[in-house]
Parts: sequence; structure tokens; C-alpha cells
Amino acid sequence: MNPSLTILELAVLVLGLGLLLVDLWTAPERKRFLGYGAAVALVLVLVFSFLRFDGKETLYAFGGSYVLDSMALFFKRFFLIAAIIVLIISVEFSDRIATGISEYYSLIVFALSGMMFAASANDFTMLFVSVELVTVTFYVLTSFQRSRLPSLEAGIKYLILGALSTAFTVYGIALVFGTSGTMKFAELAALQSTLAGNKLFLAGLLLVVIGLAFKIAAFPVQIWAPDVYQGAPTPTAGFLAVGSKAAGFVLLLRLLFTAVPEVTAQWTQLLIVMSAVTILYGNLCAIPQRNLKRLLGYSSIAHAGYLLLGVAAMAGNVKNSEAGGSAVLFYLSGYLFTVLAAFTVITLVLRRIDIDDISSLAGLGQRSPLLAATMTLAMVSLAGIPPLAGFFGKFLLIKAALEQGYFALVAIAVVGVVISIWYYFGIIRAIYWSQDAFDLSPIPVSLPVRLALCVCVLGMLLLGLLPGPMVTATTKAVKVLDYPTATAVANQ
Amino acid sequence: MLTAIIFIPLLAALLLALVPANLRFLFRIGAVAATFITMALATLVFWQFEGGISGFQFEYVVPWVKDLDINYHVGVDGLNVGLLFMGAVVAFAAACVSWEIKTSEKGFYILLLLMISGIFGAFASLDLFFFYFFHELALVPTFIMIGLWGRGANRNYATFNLTLYLSLGALIALIGLIALYLQMPVSERTFSIPRITEYFQSQPMTVAAQRWIFPLLMFGFGILVALWPFHTWAPLGYSAAPTPTAMLHAGVLKKFGLYGLLRVALPLMPEGAKHWFYVLGLLCLGNIIHSGWVAMRQRDLNLLIGNSSVAHMGFVFLGIASFNLIGVTGAVLVMVAHGFLAALSFGLSGYLHQHTGTLRMDDLGGLLRRLPFIGAALLMAALAGCGLPGFANFAGELMVLFGAWKGMPAIAFAIAAAWGALIIGAIYMLRAVRNVLHGPIPDRWASIPDAGAWRKLPFVLLLAGLIVFGIFPRILTERIKPSVEAIITTASPAIQTVAR
Repeated sequence: MNPSLTILELAVLVLGLGLLLVDLWTAPERKRFLGYGAAVALVLVLVFSFLRFDGKETLYAFGGSYVLDSMALFFKRFFLIAAIIVLIISVEFSDRIATGISEYYSLIVFALSGMMFAASANDFTMLFVSVELVTVTFYVLTSFQRSRLPSLEAGIKYLILGALSTAFTVYGIALVFGTSGTMKFAELAALQSTLAGNKLFLAGLLLVVIGLAFKIAAFPVQIWAPDVYQGAPTPTAGFLAVGSKAAGFVLLLRLLFTAVPEVTAQWTQLLIVMSAVTILYGNLCAIPQRNLKRLLGYSSIAHAGYLLLGVAAMAGNVKNSEAGGSAVLFYLSGYLFTVLAAFTVITLVLRRIDIDDISSLAGLGQRSPLLAATMTLAMVSLAGIPPLAGFFGKFLLIKAALEQGYFALVAIAVVGVVISIWYYFGIIRAIYWSQDAFDLSPIPVSLPVRLALCVCVLGMLLLGLLPGPMVTATTKAVKVLDYPTATAVANQ
Repeated sequence: MLTAIIFIPLLAALLLALVPANLRFLFRIGAVAATFITMALATLVFWQFEGGISGFQFEYVVPWVKDLDINYHVGVDGLNVGLLFMGAVVAFAAACVSWEIKTSEKGFYILLLLMISGIFGAFASLDLFFFYFFHELALVPTFIMIGLWGRGANRNYATFNLTLYLSLGALIALIGLIALYLQMPVSERTFSIPRITEYFQSQPMTVAAQRWIFPLLMFGFGILVALWPFHTWAPLGYSAAPTPTAMLHAGVLKKFGLYGLLRVALPLMPEGAKHWFYVLGLLCLGNIIHSGWVAMRQRDLNLLIGNSSVAHMGFVFLGIASFNLIGVTGAVLVMVAHGFLAALSFGLSGYLHQHTGTLRMDDLGGLLRRLPFIGAALLMAALAGCGLPGFANFAGELMVLFGAWKGMPAIAFAIAAAWGALIIGAIYMLRAVRNVLHGPIPDRWASIPDAGAWRKLPFVLLLAGLIVFGIFPRILTERIKPSVEAIITTASPAIQTVAR
């Protein structure tokens, strides 16, 4: 019983409320700069998280429904970094948001707090509440450009499909609770062997997994991603791609490997099929896309597939899932820097034009070498080519999957990677070698954005060139998912 | 020393990135100077390398990812010392030839130096991870250079074709390499090639595992070397590539796949090799005969050279497939010789293209009178290409043929290969020489200048490589043989049944 453990989340929540308050005393033309203030405050929270917690021991609060261990801390820091960069992009984007920019910032901060709670969720109540905190704020964030029809359309689509997936989750939780009589992951872990044959219990779990698959945009509930990415304001899309996906993954990992590892071990085939179909769907559908954000939407589906490949590898060996787990965390970290770099560039380049066609990148090499180089690095990293983060992440994932002997899945992943090289290089080609650039005016890049881009590029390069420390960190973070530890906790 | 060879070009690339784009002179000087230093160092390594003993020399290890036991580990033995030397000479020649690039030179030179760095890294690395890593590092600049500075109407198609083929090949090889790594028990797992070799020497991999991992490496590396029928990217890509890129890729980087087969696949998986050598032997006949045949029909000089280089790769595959001392030594020799030859041919055709704007052989003609030096060099390249004694190719190809004769159960392989190489090669090479150099000279070429002293230098160096190793192949073979012997004795229990 130690509420002070939630100090990071509390700080973030206070910041969100504070933004709304400060807004009242800020002149309209200065409101957009509140975003920088919020980003700085989050940097302080990030620094504080390193000073206050070291993640060496596992701590519980609220009767064990909130857990603070190395993995929770890893993801909290992950979400903080993502939110900082997204806030900086949002300031650049603010001229395209008619009113209520401070609300936009504070909604981002609230979504962040939801994600941070998700990182610590250790029972179904916490899982549901944190997912809803994230999703409901995203409904608003997606449709924030009220005068722009595509944005509203994206918001409605996300709302309807999101509500459907929430229904799945709630129904699943009800079934699980009805059969097991508990909401707590730790107690479930003790009961799972008796429940493993119970069809209702399994159906309930499956529904919860489908609800989480919606968050990470994985088959069979991936349809929303391209539409929403295309219509949503660019910073929202970026946050959706990184934060929301990672929140889905941390919950999935927690649920599958601490609450019901024995069931998960039986579901290996299911996860393999999900991963394979997601990879193929994302990559194949991305080929004909001409809209940049839509293409990134499909590519985010494909990346969810690669990450699920790591989860499947973990499921194949629940007793010792570190290889797969650290691969998933490493890949997510690389994905964070890469995708946010891409969305930052998109925010700046597509400022004046309202079409997000790939051809609008034409001539970027001359308009702003910095942005062009960043976008190129991001695409190369997404394609998984050394020396960038994406390569080492894919290397770890493929290694983990081969270790479990998933040859067919690895073959599909390789086909997916080759297809993805095709469309990512198409973007690079549009940047450098298309002739039909109609606008060659230089793009001004503000100092905070430069900083954000530097962080992203450094992140991509460091994770690719010196992956050692990160591998150590991720391996340490996923130690808590080890089966024996999980049962030991349950027996306490 | 090896680390310096790898990182000097990289360092130069980083320094050049800081230079403003309008100081074009500095880029040229910088690239030429950096490659000259690496060439000098590589020559020194080659010179100081002790022949007659197997094992690695000039080793250097730095731990990189401790959790996975990945180390930065470089070293040379007989297999790669010659390749590294050849690569350094070709890199210097390519940097000299790059003077023909006139647009956005800054980007080009940076990419070129990056590619060179990656090439040296790939051939010097003794760690599976870095071995792969550096190769990929060299590939990306290749794609970009062909796409941006390439020539011809279908350069986009050629770029994508090459990119997708090479990425696919590299990924298949990567899966093979990881699968290989996972064959070791958890406590022994390492990416260090010498330690993996040591482990599998004491505890050979199961035959079943060898039989499915070997083809992954064989086809993965095979695609990288344009193994028939996965070769279509090569002629297209090379004819679209800017000259220095074509020289470096066809001459050096492409050899990575062959080197990988020799370094990793054969010593560790002799049983798998034995199982698949018949397939490899058949496919490499496809290289030698089919690609030679296709080369005969080409009307474009670069497509002809590209196809003939695919055909030459068949010889190396044949040498590897013969799997005896003489055949494999010959294969390594052909790799080195072909590096010089391919770089020379593409360099010369690049010179012609720069000054005439075309490589259609019907439009050229009689150029020997206007271009005594370039013409003579082209003639020598053509003769070396059809295997004339006195050039390094001859020595290598002869050894491969001997090896194949001894190794292959059916003599038909060797005879067919010889026939294909000699007759077909002679036909297309001599026809090209006739079309380009002899006959009446069209009026519009009447004022083409021959190469000046500075432009001659790269070609002279490459020719010197061909001739010196052609007359004294011992310089190379005495360095190659001990290492090859070590591989063959490692694998011998399985292989001798094939060899007999």
C-alpha cells in the first residue's frame, strides 16, 4: 500500500490540469508556447524517474493492482520521451488547429498518464481504466481539427471501432472474472492451471487479447489504422503510432506472461498466425499507397506484426522468454525514435499543402537537407538496414523466432521486409530523385524541433551502432516476465 | 592496422560531410588521399602477411554487445588477405575514376567512402554479426549511388531490381547465419567465426541441420554473387550504375557472397555442402554457359561486361563445388583476378561513355587509333577475360578446371565449363574488340582525347595487378593455400567421398 509509487503519474496528471489552468491567464497568441513548457516539465519528470527509482525491486501499490518493476519503469520512460517529442511537434502544428491548443496539449499529457498507468497495470480493472484513459483522449485528439472533414471522419471511425473493441475487452473481462472470481493477475497466475481447460475462461481471455490487438493495430482488428492515421492531426498520428501501440504491447506482455503464461504457451500457434497475417497485410497494402500518412499507417501494422513475432517467440518458451522479450522492447525503442522522426518531418513539410501525397516530398533534399537526411534515415531504419536501430531490432526478433524454430513465420517476415524496402525506398526516391518539385522554398526549422530531430537521429544511430547498453536494459526489464518469478509472486 | 584500413575511409567521409558543398576540389582530393592511404596500408598488410601458415594474422578484438557475445573482431588469413589487397587497389582506382562525376559531388564522395569502408569491414570481420553488418553498410550507398548518379533510361527499374534482389539475398543469408549460431548450445553461443569453427570441429553439427542450413547460405550468398538463375540484377544494375560504383560492386563487394561460402558455409557444414554441391555445380554451369551465351547477344558494351562477369562467377562457384585444394585455391585466385578485371573493364567502359556518350557497340568503332592507351587496355582486359595465359585469370581458371576435373564425378562438368568459357568468352570478347576498337572510325569520334597521365594511373594499377598475379601466381597461392588446406582438412571426412 504505497500510493507514493504513483508519483510519476501524479506529476503528469498535475501537469495536465495545470496546463488547463495556465491557459486561462495566457494571451491567445502566446498559448502555443505552452507546449514547450509542458515538454520541459516532462523532461524534468523523466529525469526525476531516474533519480527516484532504479527498478531493482518490484514494488506494489493499491493491493497489488499497481506494480512498479523494471519493465513498468522502462515503459514509463519510453512514454515520457514519446510525449516530449510529440509536444514539440504539436507546437509546430498549432497553426493548423483553430482553437483550444492548450486543451490539445493537456489531452496529450492525459493520454500519457493513461499510458504510464498501463505500464503498471497488474489487474483487469487497472488494465481497463488505463486503456480507456488512453483511448478516450485519443478520440478527441484525432478529431481535433474540427473544421477539417477528414479529421472528423477519422475521429468517428476511431470512436466506433474503438468502442467495439472496448466492448470486446469488457465482455472478455466479465467472462474471466465470472469463471475465475478474480481480477488480479497474480491470483490468476495461481489459478490458471485449473482454469486452462475452461472454454469460457479461454474465450474471455481471447476477447481481451482482441481488444488489445486493436490498440496495437494487429490482425484481425487492424482496419482502422490507415484511415485514422491519414485523417488525424499529424502529432496525434505520431503519438498513436508510438505511444498507443507500446501501451497495447506492455499490457499484452503483462497479461500473457505474468497472469496466464500456461494458457499463452498453448496459444503459440494463434500468435504466430496473427503475426504472419499482420506482417503480410501491412506490407502488401502499403505497396500501392500514395498518401504518406496512410502508408505509414499500413507500415505501422506491419511493424505490429514484427513485434508480435517477438511475442510469439516468447510464448514458445514461457519459462525463459528473455530473448523474445528484450527483442520486443528493443524494437519498440528503435521504432519510437524512427517513427517520431518521420512524423516530425511530415509535420514540417506538409505545412502549407493539405495533401499528404508522397510527391510533396519532392525536392526536400534542396529545401532542407536536415529534414531530408532525417527522413532518409528514418525510412532506412524502418526498412531494417544497418547501421540503424531498426536493423538490430529485427536481428534480435528474427534470432528469437528462429530459436523457437518458427521457420515459416521467419520466411514470411523476410518477404515482408523485402516488400517494405520497396516502398520505403520509394519515399527516399521521392525525396531525392523526382524532378517535378513545384515548391523549392527553404523550410525553416525551429530550434526545439532541431533538438527533437537530433534526439531521434541520435537514438536511431546509437541503438544501431552501440546496442549493448540498451540490450542490457531491455533484458533486465523483461526479467520480471519470467515464469518462475510470476508464480513466486502469486504464491506470496 | 586492419581497423585503420576500415575506418580511414569512414573518417574521411565524416570529415567531408563538414566541408561546404562548393569546394569540389577538396572532395576529390580527400577521397583520393583516403583511398591512397588505405591502399598503402593494405599493401603493407599483404606484404607482411606470412605465407605458408594457416590461422589469422593482424587480429584485433573489441567487445561490442556483451549480452550476446558480439565482438568487433578483425583479422586476415589466406582467404581474405588477397581480396582485401585487391579491394584497396580497386577502391583507389574507383576514387580516381570518380572525377567523371560532375553533379552533387559531396554526396557522391561521402557515399563512395562509406561503401569502401563497408567493403573492407565485410572482408576483414571475423565476427558473424559484423561480417553481415558491414556488407549491408556497403549495400545502401550502392543503391543510392545507382539511383541518383546512374545513367540510362531504365535506371529506376535497375536500381529497384538490384535493391530487392540483394536485400532478399542478404536476408536469406542472415537467417542462415542466425540458424547456424543457434545450432550451438546456449552456453557456447558466440558470433566469433574462429570460435564457432573451433566448436563445430570438435562437435560436428547434425547432418539434418547441415542439410537445411547450407542451402540458406548457398542461395542467400548465391543471390549476392549473381548465381544463375538469380543473376538478372547484375548486368542491368551495372549498366545503369555510375562507373566507380560498378567497379567497386562488381570487382569487390560482389565477392562477399563467395567469401562467405568459403569462410562460413564450407568449413562448418561439409555434410550439407556435400548434399548440395551437385545443385551448385549445375547452377554454376548455368552461369558459365547461359550468361556467356547472353553476353554474346549484347549490343551494349556494359551489358556485355556485366553478363561476362556473371559468367566468370560461375568459375568461382565451380572451384568451390569441386572442393579440393587446387580447385578452391583457384577459386580464391579467380576472385582476386576477377576483381581487377571487372574494375578495369567497367573503368574503361566508363571512360568511353564519358567521352562518347554511348556504349552501343554499333555506334563505336576504330577507336584504337584515337585512343592508343585506352584501346590497348581494353584489348588486354578482353584477352584476360577470355583466359589468355599471362593474366591472373588464366592461372585461376586453370586451377579451377584441374580441381573440377579431379573433384567432379562426371567429367562432363569440367569439359562443359572449359568449352563454355573458352569458346563463348573468346567469341564475345573478340567481337567487342572488333566493334569498338577496329574498323572505320565514325567522324564524330574524330576528336576524342586519350587518357592523360592522371587518368591512366588507375588503369595502369589494375592492369599491373592482373599481370603480376598472372606471371607470379605463387605470390597469392602461397598465401591462400594453407588456409584453404585448413578448411579442407576440417571438412575432409565428409568431403573426401565426393572428391574421389
